[in-house]
Amino acid sequence: MYQYTEFDRDFLAARNAQFRAQVERRIDGSLTEDEFKPLRLMNGLYLQLHAYMLRVAIPYGTLNSGQMRQLAMIADRWDRGYGHFTTRQNIQYNWPKLKDVPDMLDALAEVGMHAIQTSGNTIRNVTADHFAGAARDEIADPRPVAELLRQWSTDHPEFQFLPRKFKIAVTGSPHDRAVIKAHDIGIRVVERDGQTGYEVLVGGGLGRTPMIGKVINDFVAAEDLLPYLEAIVSTYNVLGRRDNKYKARIKITVHENGIDTIREKVEARFAELKPRFTGVDQEMLATIEAQFAPPAFREAPTEAYDETYAKNPLFRSWCDTNLHPHKAEGYAIVSISLKKHGATPGDATGDQMRVMADLAQAYGHDELRISHEQNVILPHVHRSDLPALYARLKAADLATANIGLISDIIACPGMDYCALATARSIPVAQEIAERFAELKLEHDIGPLKLKISGCINACGHHHVGHIGILGLDRAGVENYQITIGGDATEDAAIGERMGPGFAYDEVTDAIERIVRAYLDTREGPQETFLETFRRLGADPFKAALYPKETVDA
Amino acid sequence: MPRAFTPKVITANALLEGDVVYLTRDDRWTRDLKEAELLTDEAHADLRLIEAERRVSEVVGAYLAEMKPGPDGPEPTHFREDFRRTGPSNYFHGKQEERA
Repeated sequence: MYQYTEFDRDFLAARNAQFRAQVERRIDGSLTEDEFKPLRLMNGLYLQLHAYMLRVAIPYGTLNSGQMRQLAMIADRWDRGYGHFTTRQNIQYNWPKLKDVPDMLDALAEVGMHAIQTSGNTIRNVTADHFAGAARDEIADPRPVAELLRQWSTDHPEFQFLPRKFKIAVTGSPHDRAVIKAHDIGIRVVERDGQTGYEVLVGGGLGRTPMIGKVINDFVAAEDLLPYLEAIVSTYNVLGRRDNKYKARIKITVHENGIDTIREKVEARFAELKPRFTGVDQEMLATIEAQFAPPAFREAPTEAYDETYAKNPLFRSWCDTNLHPHKAEGYAIVSISLKKHGATPGDATGDQMRVMADLAQAYGHDELRISHEQNVILPHVHRSDLPALYARLKAADLATANIGLISDIIACPGMDYCALATARSIPVAQEIAERFAELKLEHDIGPLKLKISGCINACGHHHVGHIGILGLDRAGVENYQITIGGDATEDAAIGERMGPGFAYDEVTDAIERIVRAYLDTREGPQETFLETFRRLGADPFKAALYPKETVDA
Repeated sequence: MPRAFTPKVITANALLEGDVVYLTRDDRWTRDLKEAELLTDEAHADLRLIEAERRVSEVVGAYLAEMKPGPDGPEPTHFREDFRRTGPSNYFHGKQEERA
């Protein structure tokens, strides 16, 4: 993992001292809110419905146990004893007091973390595949590049006032777990003629106008990546619309100008920029890469695992859903579900964070990951340790066996917290998860990604959910639109809207009808929900959702 | 014809705590919606908002929120204001907890 240098530490100390003084000046009345707001946003501090909210970046979703323990300490000391992990690999504290925030930021700096650029029209937290460095299908670990981008984008003087916020995601695998096609820039490590390079996509995004990212360059050589990305952001900075907030994201710039025009402008800018990159970035990247060397994987027998797997059905069920193939023999990637049925998706208490930190230290080479699906990953666990790990997760109420199933729901905070929300998401997620737990159907249903957003900005990624739910305010009443057929992977697709929305107390029944329509029409348990949708289209699901209208038609 | 003015209260978030506050008739910021001044005259409401907005070292983002008169004081007409006066629905945090 990347270790902060003296430069990083000094920068953060100076920045935190600066913000502390700004907070003091706001409290003593020498700064107005209009003056203070852009300053607090630059440091991740929002004001939401019931309280301030501090959004802390977890760069490329990677944490060590010390950092996780510090997040727990902050939750316990200055917040309400829990934190909320988000779809952009951040953690949000929902109840900080203004005067405590500088202390919280200092506490984060102690473990090499910050909240800089988690808001504002800047380059946001750079996200990555949460299985980075562990996935069996991986070409190269995407995190060194993500860390290089973090350093490049943090306080980058040219990119502090972009037309709109700017999100970058990186994956090192052909199978996209980082939703790169729904980011302003998506980067995928590729190999060509034995050379490692990057496919670069631009102009993806969800929100009000969902768009799938387009390939702007199918192979950028490693040493050209940073100047090439600077050329993209620089081109957007000039060309992006500042006259209309809803047309300011790069997806609209690409859409309005056409990918070919954007590519030409980026190439021209790249030609100007490239000579200014004298290779320092490559030296830095090499230093960073060395810090992401894989841990020393051990070789050990796995009989203990095989025996427990055969004997214990609960352990078996958990293994079947919550483990993924690891590149090292004998190892597994463990997903810890933060989606216990009926709980708030993505929330972990301080105690749970400490348990996960302890487990990472004991069994996981001291590494944790936060996924955009709002779960925690232990990327490197030897199978012989799984029975003990499982027992300790179970004791901490963290052993829910539902990764990738219908109750593994992404949900934004919605109107329970967010000032932008138009409806609630969390209670909708809670009720759906509880319904399918009662029905005991979710393992039969198999892989199904349900994603809920409480407003059109789509933090809950509803557009790319196999089933998506969008909460809206219709004439003063919460109303939920359903989409089907979205996909967040390398085959990214925007879901198709089914029809009129449903009232708050009708949504769970509606989702059950969709799922039962799938179970009735699939060609067997091996055909997933998404495959059935692709084979049959929307009609059977619409018929299940709106039975009367189908009769009328 | 212009739409008839409907009753409102002045609400904001407290600067230090960030929680929801309402303006009372005697110019206090209260945490309890029932104590808020229900404004039924448009010109008076606009004036009260200007006064509230000047109290920059106490509150953030003052605005007029739609309410209706109830037996114990103003009551929300929209679910957003109902959440603001209560707190989140997933935990017993916020105002509901303070009142308990």
